[in-house]
Amino acid sequence: MGKRTFSLGGVHPHDNKISRECRIEPLPLAPAVYISVAQHIGAPSVPCVAVGDKVKVGQVIAEPGGFVSAFIHSSVSGTVKSIGPRADLAGRPFTHIEIAVEGDEWLEEIDRSDTLVTKIPEDNKAIIEKIRRGGVVGLGGATFPTHVKLSPPPGSKCERVIINGCECEPYLTSDFRTLLEKGEQVVVGAAILRQVMGNVPCTIAIEENKPEAIAHIREVIAKLGFEGIEVMVMKMMYPQGGEKQLIDAVMHRQVGSGALPISVGAVVQNVATALAVYDAVQKNKPIIDNSVTVTGECFPRQANLLVRVGTPLRYIIDHLGGVPADAAKVISGGPMMGRAVANLDAATVKGTGALLFLTEKQTRRAPETNCIRCGKCADACPMGLEPFLLQKLARAKDTEALEANAAQDCIECGCCLYSCPAHIPLLDHIRVGKGFVMSAIRARAAAAKAAAEAAKK
Amino acid sequence: MTNTIIWTIAIITVLGVVLALVLFLVAKKFRVEEDPRIDEVEKVMPGANCGGCGFAGCRAFAEAAVKAPNLDNNFCPVGGNDVMAKVAAILGYEVAAKAPQVAVVRCNGTCEARPRVNEYDGFSSCFVKATLYTGDTGCSFGCLGCGDCVGACQFGALSMDPATGLPVVDESKCTACGACVKACPKRIIELRPKGPRGMREYVSCLNKDKGPVAKKACANACIGCGICAKTCTHDAITVEGNIAYIDPAKCKLCRECEAMCPTGAIHGVGFPKPLDKDAVKARIADRKKKAAEAAAAAKAAETVKKED
Repeated sequence: MGKRTFSLGGVHPHDNKISRECRIEPLPLAPAVYISVAQHIGAPSVPCVAVGDKVKVGQVIAEPGGFVSAFIHSSVSGTVKSIGPRADLAGRPFTHIEIAVEGDEWLEEIDRSDTLVTKIPEDNKAIIEKIRRGGVVGLGGATFPTHVKLSPPPGSKCERVIINGCECEPYLTSDFRTLLEKGEQVVVGAAILRQVMGNVPCTIAIEENKPEAIAHIREVIAKLGFEGIEVMVMKMMYPQGGEKQLIDAVMHRQVGSGALPISVGAVVQNVATALAVYDAVQKNKPIIDNSVTVTGECFPRQANLLVRVGTPLRYIIDHLGGVPADAAKVISGGPMMGRAVANLDAATVKGTGALLFLTEKQTRRAPETNCIRCGKCADACPMGLEPFLLQKLARAKDTEALEANAAQDCIECGCCLYSCPAHIPLLDHIRVGKGFVMSAIRARAAAAKAAAEAAKK
Repeated sequence: MTNTIIWTIAIITVLGVVLALVLFLVAKKFRVEEDPRIDEVEKVMPGANCGGCGFAGCRAFAEAAVKAPNLDNNFCPVGGNDVMAKVAAILGYEVAAKAPQVAVVRCNGTCEARPRVNEYDGFSSCFVKATLYTGDTGCSFGCLGCGDCVGACQFGALSMDPATGLPVVDESKCTACGACVKACPKRIIELRPKGPRGMREYVSCLNKDKGPVAKKACANACIGCGICAKTCTHDAITVEGNIAYIDPAKCKLCRECEAMCPTGAIHGVGFPKPLDKDAVKARIADRKKKAAEAAAAAKAAETVKKED
C-alpha cells in the first residue's frame, strides 16, 4: 500500500523538528498556578472551590457549565488564593483560579504507578463517564470535549477511529515523543476508543518523517496483541493533521461543508488525547499535565516538558534559561497555526502544545504588494476555497458573499498566506470574514430559535 | 439618388415621430408620483452622503424627512441647525435648535505615558488588530493606533499624531457625522456638545481596570479614584466601573476636577487661558475650609442652644 495523503491543496514547509531527540521531562512545580475555566471549546466551566480551600492534585475545581463543556481539575496541591479575571495569551481577561503550591499531594484514587493496565473495562457508558469526569478534551488544538465526540447523535454510525499522530506542524515534537515514550499507553487508549465506538477498526496515522515512532507503535501493537488497530504511514504534507484532511487521507471520504466527521463515519482523536483517555480510564488520572515542546533555532535549550496545567509561561521559559536576546516573537503552538503570545504572564491550558521562539528574520512580514493573479493560494487551500476572493470580500465586509463562498469552511491553516508571493495578509482578512459569517449564522440560529419558541406559545 | 435621400429622411422622420409618441405614452402611463418636496429638501442638504443621520444618504434622508410627522428623529449632523431650519421651512415643521457636537477622543495614552509591551506586525487595521488581541500596550481599552477612524472620516477632520500615536480631531472640519465612532473597535470616540465658545471638559480615558492596574499600563489613565466626583459642586461627574464620566449637560466648566485629577486624565479644551492648577486648588481648599468653619460654627450654635 502506498503512502497516503489528502487530495486537495496543502504545502510542504520544512519540518524543523530540532527537538526530536529531547525526552519528555517533568517541569519542576511553579510556586503558583493559574487555571483558566475557559480552556475548551464550549461553555466555560463554573468554579466549585472557594478562596482559602485546600486542594489536592486531581481534585475537581470547576464543573462543566453546559453539555459541551468539561471538568477542570487542580494540577497541584495547595491553597486556592484567588478566583478572578487574569489576562490570557492575547491579553483578554478570563476567570482563572489561582492556587499556591504546597507540596505535591495527589488524590488517593489516582494510580501513579508505571504499570501498564491493558484490561479494558467492558461497560462503554462507564468508560465515557470516566472520560467526562477526567476532563478529557481534544489535545490536537481545538480542545473539543472528548466525551461529546464519543457520544455521536442517534442515527450516525462510526466506522473507523483515527488516531492522529501526524504532527504536521513544523517544530512540534511532543506527539512524536509521546508515541515513542508512551506508545503502550497510546495504543491501549486507542483500543479503548475503538471499543467505545462499537469495536470499529482503528488507524493510527503517522507521517513518514517519524520512522522511529512508526516502528515502535507497530512493535507495541504486535506485543500487546490488540486486534483491529493498524498503523498507517502518511506522506508528509501540511495540514494533514486537520480533521477533515486526515479523514480524506485515511478513508478517502470528504466531510461536507458544516458537517461533522461522524457524518462520514469517522472519529478522529489526537495521540495526546488517546493518552489522556488511557490515563482517565485505566489510572483515574484526569488531565492535569500535558507535554509542551519548547523550541526554536534561537532558543539555546530545546526541550519537551511535562507541564502542569496553569503553569505561567514565564516560569517555563525561565526554567530553560529565559527569553533569548535575538528572539522577536514567541508563539504558542506551531509556526503555521500557532498564535503569537502577547502576554508572557499567561498560563498554560490543556491545549498548549508548544512554545516556539522565532527571530526577527524568521518572523518579520515582507511588505504587501499587489495580487499578481497567480492562483497559488487557491492551489494551496486544503478546503478548496479561493483565498484571494475571500480576502477581498472580507475587506469589503460583504457577509452574504463570504458565506456564499464558504468562508466559514476555512480551517485557518495558513497555507494561502504561506504560498502567497505578493505577501498579502490573506489569512488575517479571511479570519475576520469568517467571524462575520459565523456571527451571522449564530444570529440566524438564535432568531430561528426565538421564532420557534414564539410559535409554540 | 435624390429619391433615396428623400426616402431616408422621410422614414427617419416618421420613425422619430412614432417612437416619440410611444415614449410619451409610456412616460404618461408609468409616471411615478413623487412629492416635489423631496427634491427641494435634497437640494438644501450638504450632499456629503456620509450616513451620519442614520440614513443611506442625503436623498434617503430627504424621503424620510418628508414622510415623518415631525423632525424630532431626523437631524443632519453635517448641516447642523442651518440646514435643519431650511428643511423645516420647506416642510412647514418646527425644529428645535440642537447644540452642535464634535468628536472627542477619549484616550490620552500617548506613546510616552503608555509604553508598548509588544509589537504588532499584522495588517495595519484597528479592526483586524482588535479581533486578534487586546493591543500592543498594557491597556486593553485604549486607542490601537492603526487609524481606522482616520480612514472612516470623509471630511478630513481626523489625523494621527505620530508623536502621541493618537488621532487628533480638527474641530473646524468635524461635522459630528459619527462615522469614526462606528469605525473604532474600542469605542473611544464620543460625540459631545461643542460647548459654549468651544469650551468643554471631558475624561480622556476609558480604562475600566482597577486603579493600580490602569496606572501601571498608562501613566495618564483614569484610576477611578473619585476625587473629581467629590470635588465637583455641580453633580456632573459619575464614577462607574473605575471610570469617571462628565455629563456635558451638567458641567459648568469650572475646571476644578481638571486641577484635582492626580493623573491628568481630565482634559479641558477651548479655554482662553491655560489652567492655573495651584490657584484652583487654593480656591477649593479655601472653600472647604470655609465650609468646615461654617459647619463647626453651626454645631457650636446648636450646642449653645441645647445648653440653653
